[in-house]
Amino acid sequence: MSYAIKLKPHELNLWRTKKPVLGLIDIELTERCNNNCMHCCINQPEDDTDILNREMSTEFVKKILIDAASLGCLTVRFTGGEPLLRSDFAELYFFTRRIGMQVMLLTNARLITSDIVQLLVKFPPGHTVEVSVYGMKPESYNLVAGHQDAFDEFKQGIDLLLQYQVPFIVKSPKLHVLKGEQDAFEAWAATIPSMLSKPGYSMNFDLRSRRDNPDKNAHIEKIRATPDETVAQLVRNPSYLKDMVQFCSRFMGVSGDKLFNCGAGLETCIDAYGHAQLCLSLRKKDTVVDLHEVSLKKALEEIFPTMRELKATNPDYLRRCAQCFLSGLCDQCPAKSWMEYGTLDTPVEYQCDVAHAKARHFGLIKENEKAWEVENWKERLKHFEAIHG
Amino acid sequence: MDISLDLIYVPSEDIVARVIEDELIIVPLTAGIGDADDNLYSLNETGKSIWLHLDGKKTLRGITAELVEEFSETQTVIENDVLGLIEELAQRKMVVVIQK
Repeated sequence: MSYAIKLKPHELNLWRTKKPVLGLIDIELTERCNNNCMHCCINQPEDDTDILNREMSTEFVKKILIDAASLGCLTVRFTGGEPLLRSDFAELYFFTRRIGMQVMLLTNARLITSDIVQLLVKFPPGHTVEVSVYGMKPESYNLVAGHQDAFDEFKQGIDLLLQYQVPFIVKSPKLHVLKGEQDAFEAWAATIPSMLSKPGYSMNFDLRSRRDNPDKNAHIEKIRATPDETVAQLVRNPSYLKDMVQFCSRFMGVSGDKLFNCGAGLETCIDAYGHAQLCLSLRKKDTVVDLHEVSLKKALEEIFPTMRELKATNPDYLRRCAQCFLSGLCDQCPAKSWMEYGTLDTPVEYQCDVAHAKARHFGLIKENEKAWEVENWKERLKHFEAIHG
Repeated sequence: MDISLDLIYVPSEDIVARVIEDELIIVPLTAGIGDADDNLYSLNETGKSIWLHLDGKKTLRGITAELVEEFSETQTVIENDVLGLIEELAQRKMVVVIQK
């Protein structure tokens, strides 16, 4: 007989009676970054003192961590910007671990030092570190990252992680300038001991989530994957079709006028200045909660549930998205609408085009057909599942 | 691993124990605790009842006596549970002996 049940952090059978209020919290330690990636939706200059001065103090981050722990939170995801830019990162990391939470660290690895890596060895985060990779060659990496020394520093960070056997996974943006490096990237990723599957890619890049840089938005719109490129990348994964059949049977259907059909607000993301957001990308002022004035508990238990009941009023949304059965294939959400148009309920044309391309690939809709006009969508889904299930 | 009823065992400083929604969760803090660095542990009801008595003052024999008072079980059954839990946790370095 065993008295201690071993659990992986993601295991859902942890809670025998009631789930805690908060399972995971994202904390964006800074929006500043030592990279200036061409596709990034959030980065600010690393040496911007105005932004630095507005960031949460060490003590305030600790207070949020304690509040999160008191709500049952077991995992903190430190993200940014580049979280290692904060001079108090080691202190915050150790504090988080000391109060009984595990850490997911998202980094570009350029600031991984022997001190940081030894900290991760002595007090393991409990989750694999996630490293974003912007190319396999100095020229391409530095071009994407917008910094001439970036590749060398990234390489040093990776070497330290490998040398000290810190488990990490790698992921990459899918960019035209990295075309031709994908095979090399995947071959290298396969040599990393903690990589148990192929690396993930981002390709449908978000526009600036603070809606602060129209020029950069224009560039992101040019470099993000087209709908056809998206489908071509997805079908590279041999299990994609099978996964989608299962996914479709669970999540496809008409979502109606309720705006939040995702998990936004069930957990939370804290921005670099101490605001609780419903999700990482939704920064619209009237949807965020200033934790200097309101408790995290109140945000999660009272304010966010009310926000999650918001309904769309935009006639275009009601005519299209609310009637569309591709909700499971489409990333349309209030955050995407906010980033693209500054509203919560404007149909995002890019997401709509991507979803329709996926649906055409699966034979769920015909050429030039609009999914919200399809009346027999239930039959089509059944047919799709019957053929591929 | 020999576990003595006459010794005092306490939670190791290399773990953090948390009670969340009535579950007792043990979160390893340092490397080498438990079986893998990403594991968490949840104690079953018996384990949790015993764990909550590890106050750094009582020996396992004392804890057994208290639990016999609390639960309608024989001393033998409870003693076996106490020894079983402590052996399991000591192997994982989650409890340590303190000398008085």
